[in-house]
Amino acid sequence: MTIKDMADILSAKVLIGADKLDIPVHTACCSDLMSDVLAFVDEKTVLITGLTNPHVVRTSEMLDLKCLVFARGKIPAEDILESAEEQGLAVLATKLTAFTACGMLYEHGLRGVPVPTAWDDGEEDG
Amino acid sequence: MEALFTTQYPVAKADYVSAGKASQDIKRRLKQLGIGGDVLRRVAVASYEVELNLVIHSEGGTLTLTLYPDCVELNSVDVGPGIADVSMAMREGWSTANDEARALGFGAGMGLPNMKRNADDFSIQSELGKGTVIDMRFHLPGWQGEQT
Repeated sequence: MTIKDMADILSAKVLIGADKLDIPVHTACCSDLMSDVLAFVDEKTVLITGLTNPHVVRTSEMLDLKCLVFARGKIPAEDILESAEEQGLAVLATKLTAFTACGMLYEHGLRGVPVPTAWDDGEEDG
Repeated sequence: MEALFTTQYPVAKADYVSAGKASQDIKRRLKQLGIGGDVLRRVAVASYEVELNLVIHSEGGTLTLTLYPDCVELNSVDVGPGIADVSMAMREGWSTANDEARALGFGAGMGLPNMKRNADDFSIQSELGKGTVIDMRFHLPGWQGEQT
């Protein structure tokens, strides 16, 4: 799947990164808790979130994420988008809720980032 | 070993708007200096965590970046209030963050354990009523080991 495929599946607007739509994506994560994203995400992946504050973009920069998807029709402020553009992120916005967006992407083959859990039994989520 | 580069960032208490900007600068500078890949990512994550901790929990402090030929050092010094129980603070999920920090997506109690996980060497000293010092080191290719 590419970022363009994700945008099509989610009927999403491409807010930033129209030149990055061909980048392939294999995994994603969904969280409003940047602490968890910082602690558990080890891949250059996609973050689906309902948070639109500057820390979403800063967290993405620290982790070299490829793409941000804002759910439930939320559009971040202009300065946040400018910051995303500066760091070369693709940013999508969909009217779907985070739950539905994740479900649709999963249905089309996207899987969760492997994440260790406190009660790790060797089985991966996703 | 002689430092190649060092710079300091003052971090203000409760400045949630600017929180993370020092870490953005640290990551960009190190990238310009030729540091990349896994080490850069680990430095960036640990730096962001420690900077957020200064904003959320401290009375203010300083974050210092030092680049040596064989390692990157991050050093955080704050002016208080200190941590009552460091072993509790190192536990995943244990947090004293306020609602403002939580509303921004932080305060899940992952900060200190995540710094420790990302750094090759991690140490924390804290005294209640005085402050907290955190030292982290990230080994670069060609790491020479502890210098005496």
